[in-house]
Amino acid sequence: MLIVLLILLPLICAGLIVFNPKGQAKYIATGATLVSVVIGAIALIQFDFSQAALDQMVVKAPWVPALGLELSLAVDSVSLLLIALTVLLGPICVIGSFTAVKHDVKTYYAWLLVLQSAMIGVFAARDLVLFYICFEFTLIPMYILISLYGSANRKKAATKFFLYTFTGSVIALAGFVYVVWFHASLEGNSWTFDLAALGESARMMEPAQQGWILLALLSGFAVKVPLFPVHTWLPLAHTEAPTAGSVILAGVLLKLGTYGIYKFALPYAPEAVVEYAPLIGVLSVVGIVYAGLICWVQTDVKKLVAYSSVSHLGFCVLGLVAINSVGVAGSVMYMISHGFSTGALFLMIGMMYERYHTRSMREVGGLGSTMPVWSSFMVFFVMASVGLPGLNGFVSEIMCLMGTFQSYGWTGEGGAHPGGTLGVLGPWFAFFAGTGMIVAAMYLLIMTGKMVWGKYREPEGHHEHDELPTDLNAREIGLLIPLAAGCLIFGLYPKPLLNAIEAPVNETVAYYEGLVPVPELEAGMTTVANEGDHDTEHGEGDH
Amino acid sequence: MAEKLASLWPEITLFIATCIVMVVGLSPSAAVRRTCGLISGVALAAAGILAIGTADQAKGLMPGLLPYAKAVIAFVGVLLTMLLTGVVDRFEEEAIEKGSAGFDPLRSTRGEFFAFFLFSMTGLMLCASADSLIWLFLALELTSLPTYVMVAMSSPRQKAKEAAVKYFFLGALGAAVFLYGFALLYGGTGSVHLAEIQTAIAAQAAEGSINPIALTGLVIALLGIAFKIAAVPMHFYAADVYQGAASPVAAMLAFVPKTAGFITIILLCAAVGWNHGPMGDQLPEIVRVTLWVMAALTMIVGNVLAWLQSSVKRMLAYSSVAHSGYMLVGVIAGPGDAFTSSGVAAVLFYLLAYGIMNTGAFAVVSALETRQAARTDTGELVHDEADDINAFRGLCRHNPVLGWSMVLCALSLLGFPLTLGFFGKLPLFTAGIDAGEIPLVVVLGINSAIAAFYYLRLVALPLFEHPGDEAEAYVESPNHGRRVVGVVAAGGVLVLTVLASPLMDAAFDASADAPLPVAESEPPGEQTASLD
Repeated sequence: MLIVLLILLPLICAGLIVFNPKGQAKYIATGATLVSVVIGAIALIQFDFSQAALDQMVVKAPWVPALGLELSLAVDSVSLLLIALTVLLGPICVIGSFTAVKHDVKTYYAWLLVLQSAMIGVFAARDLVLFYICFEFTLIPMYILISLYGSANRKKAATKFFLYTFTGSVIALAGFVYVVWFHASLEGNSWTFDLAALGESARMMEPAQQGWILLALLSGFAVKVPLFPVHTWLPLAHTEAPTAGSVILAGVLLKLGTYGIYKFALPYAPEAVVEYAPLIGVLSVVGIVYAGLICWVQTDVKKLVAYSSVSHLGFCVLGLVAINSVGVAGSVMYMISHGFSTGALFLMIGMMYERYHTRSMREVGGLGSTMPVWSSFMVFFVMASVGLPGLNGFVSEIMCLMGTFQSYGWTGEGGAHPGGTLGVLGPWFAFFAGTGMIVAAMYLLIMTGKMVWGKYREPEGHHEHDELPTDLNAREIGLLIPLAAGCLIFGLYPKPLLNAIEAPVNETVAYYEGLVPVPELEAGMTTVANEGDHDTEHGEGDH
Repeated sequence: MAEKLASLWPEITLFIATCIVMVVGLSPSAAVRRTCGLISGVALAAAGILAIGTADQAKGLMPGLLPYAKAVIAFVGVLLTMLLTGVVDRFEEEAIEKGSAGFDPLRSTRGEFFAFFLFSMTGLMLCASADSLIWLFLALELTSLPTYVMVAMSSPRQKAKEAAVKYFFLGALGAAVFLYGFALLYGGTGSVHLAEIQTAIAAQAAEGSINPIALTGLVIALLGIAFKIAAVPMHFYAADVYQGAASPVAAMLAFVPKTAGFITIILLCAAVGWNHGPMGDQLPEIVRVTLWVMAALTMIVGNVLAWLQSSVKRMLAYSSVAHSGYMLVGVIAGPGDAFTSSGVAAVLFYLLAYGIMNTGAFAVVSALETRQAARTDTGELVHDEADDINAFRGLCRHNPVLGWSMVLCALSLLGFPLTLGFFGKLPLFTAGIDAGEIPLVVVLGINSAIAAFYYLRLVALPLFEHPGDEAEAYVESPNHGRRVVGVVAAGGVLVLTVLASPLMDAAFDASADAPLPVAESEPPGEQTASLD
C-alpha cells in the first residue's frame, strides 16, 4: 500500500493545488513531497532486503480485463532505491523553485507533483502497459515544465524532447506488444501484460526475434538515456528547462532509459544482447568520449553539465551491456549516484543563474571570492562527478569499467582468471571509456577553474537579487546538504547499497550464464550462480 | 419480412423522426422550429436504446454487429446533433426575432437540414443491418446523398458550394466504382445475398480457387468504398470538403461515411472470410494485398499531409484519412478468438473512440468564430470559423474549457497513454501482430509518431502560447451546445478508459459473428481464457 500511497499522494496534492489559492501552492507541494520522503523512508525500512530480488509490497487490481491489463505494482530493491531517489529529489526540486518560479505557480507545482507520481509509477509498475503509460506520462509534465518555465528557446526544446521520446517509445510499444503476443501464443492465447510472466516467454524467442525486440526496445530506451547518436535532444532540453526540471531530468528521467534497458532489454532478449553488446558498447564509448569532448568547448555551464550527463550515462549503458554482476551492479549504482551528483550540479547552476542571470562562463566567474559557500559545494560536487575516490562517482564508474574490462572472460595469460566473469566486451572498451574519465576530469576542472577561481567577473548591469543574498542562504544550503551527504556516504561506504542491489542484479545476469562463448569457461568461472536456484534454471533452460 | 422489420425498429424510429422534423421545421412558431434538434437527439437516443433492446431480433451476416454498431452510431449521433444545432438559418432567425423580417417557409432550411441528417443516420444504421449487396448499396447511398446537400447548406460561403459539388461528383464516382464491384461480385458468386456469397466463396475455395471475377469485384468494391472512408487512393476530396463545410458538418463527414464504409468493408470481408492464404488465416491474397497497400499508404499520406497543414480543418481532415489507415490494419488482421487478437473488434472499438475524440476536436473548432460577421460575395452574413491554427493560441488562458477540451481530444487522437485513443490503438497493435502483419504494425507505430508532430501543435498552442491578435479575433460561438460537446468528448476520452473493458467486450461480441479462421480455432476452454 505504501507504493500506492506514494503514487496517489502527489496526485491528490496536485489536485489540491489547483483548487487552492496561488500562495499556498508551494506549501502544499512541499508538504506533499516531504511526506513522500517519510513514506519512502518507511518503505525502505519495511522492505525485506534479504529477499531483495523478490517483488515485495505487491498490489494488484483488475483494470482492463478485456485486454488482460492489471494495475499491478511491486518493488524489488532496485526499483525501491530508484523510487527513494525520486522522492528524495522531490522536496529538493520543490523548495529549490521557491524563488525561481514567479508566474503560473499553481500549474508549476501541480505538474511537478504529477511528474513525481508518474516516475514512481514507472519504477513500481509490474504490468507492461502500466509501465508504458507511466513512462509516456512523464512526458506531459516535463513538456509543460520546459515550455512554460524554461528560458528563451524553450518551445523548440520542449517539442524536440517530446517528439524524440514519443517516437522512440511508440516503436518500443510495438516491441512490447510482440513479446506479449509471443507469450500469448505459447500460453494458449491467454493475453497478459504481467512482467514476470512475459520475461520467461521472451527468452524462448529465436535469436533473430530477440534481435528485433532488442532493436525496438532500444529505440525507446536509448533515446531516453540518451545514447549516442540520439542524444541531441538532451542538451537543448536541459539548457532550456527550469532548474527543477533539469534536476529531475538528469536525476530521474534519464534513468528511466537505463532502467528500461536493465528491466526489459537485458532479461527479455539475452541472446540478442550478447550478439549486439559490442555494438551498443561502441555507441556508449563513442558517446562517452564525444560528449566529453563537446563539454570541453562549452562556454554555457549548464550545457556543459548536460553534455556531461550524456557522457556519464554512457558508462551506465556500458556497465549494463557488460552483462556481468560487477558491471550491471555498477550501472545500477551509477543510476542512483548520478542522480545525486549531477542533480546537485544543476541545482547549483540554477542558484548561480538566479543571481547572475547568465550561464556563460565568459560573463561570470571567479565566484570563490564572493560566494565561498557556493564555491565549496561546487568543488565538492564536481569532484563527485569527476569520480574522485571517496565520493560516489568513483565507485560506480570504476565498477562499470571493471565489469567492462573483465568481461570477455578476461583470461590474462594461461587460461581463465579466477575473477574473470562472463561478458562480451573487453579491455579495449574499458580503455577507451577510461579516456572519457580523463576528459571528464579536464572539462569539469576547467569549468571549476573558470567559475570558482580566477578573477571575479560579473555580467554587465548585474545587481543584487531582491530576495537572495550574495552567497547561498540557509534554504539553499539545506537543499544541498542531503545531496552532499549522499555523495559522501555512497562514496565512502557503498557496501549496503551494493548488497541491496546484488540479488536482483545477479538474477538478471544469471540469464546470461552459458550464453557467452568463452572457451576457457569451465575452470574457475565462479560467477553469479550462487543466487538463483530456480531463476538459473530458466536461464539455462532457454538455450 | 415481419422478422426483418423487427430488427429495424431503430431505423423506423429515425425515419418517423425525419418526417416529424421536416414538418416541424416549417412551423411559423420559432419555439416549435427550435425543437428540430431536440427531436433528432431524442430520436437518436431512442434508436440506440431500441437497438440494444432488440438485439435478439438481429438478422444478417453478422447479427452481433447490429446492436453495438447502432448504439455507437446513436451515441455519436447525439453528439453530432448538438453540434449541428444552429448551423443553418442563424441570421434569418435573428432577423425574425428582431421583427425585421417575417417567417418565409421557402427560405427556412432548418427542417431539411435535420431531416437530411437523420436520413443519413438511418442509412448508416441500415448499413449495419444489410444482408444483401443491393441493400448495402442503397444504405450506403442513403448515408451519403444527404451529406452532399448538408455540405452545401452548411455555410453561405462559396467554398461550401464548391466543396459540395466536388464531394458529390467524387462521391458519385465512388458509388459507381463499388456498384461495378458489387455487380462483378454477383457475377462471380451468383447471388447478391451476403450469406449466399459466403457459401459460394467457401465452396469455390474448397474446390481450389475463388472465381477471379468475384475477387476482382471485391477489390473494385473495396476501392470504391475507400471513398467513404477517405482512404488512399480516394482521399483527395477530404481536405477541401472538410474545409469548405461548416465544422459540425465536417465532424459528421469524418464519422458517418467512415463508419458506413468500415461496416461495409467488414461485412464484405466477412462474406469472403479470413480463412484463405497459405496459413488459412488471411483474406484472399489479392484482397489482402490491396488492403495492405491501401492501409500503409493511407496512414503515411494522411499523416504526412496533415503535418504540412496550417489550417486546423485540413489537418483534421488528413488526420481522419490517417485514422482510416489505422483501422484498415484491424480489418486485415481479421477476427480472433479473444479481443486482443480480433482486428474486427479493434476496428469496432476504434470507431467509437474515434467518433468521440474527433467530434470533440471539431466541436472546439466550431465553437470559435470571428467576432464580427462578414458578408459573403452574395451578400449573406457569416461568422467564419476558427480555421487557422493561430486562432488556438493561448486558448487555455482565455477560454480554459474549450482549450482543455482541445488539448485532451488532440492527445487522444494522438493515442497518448491514459486516453481513449491509446486504448483504441493498443488492440490494433495486438491484433496486427497476432495476425503476423508485423511490417504493417511497424508502419502503424511510425505513423503514430508522425501524428505526434502535428497533434502536438494542437496541444502546445492552446496551452503554452499567449493569445495574439489572430486569436483575439475569435470569440466563442453563442451556441453553447458546441462547448458541451467539446466537454463531453474530452470527458469521454478520459472517463471511458475506466469503462474500456465492458466496451471492449461489447466490441468483441459484435465481431464474434465474423467467420473465424479454421486454422486458428482452439478448444473452447482456452478461447475465453483471457476474457476473464
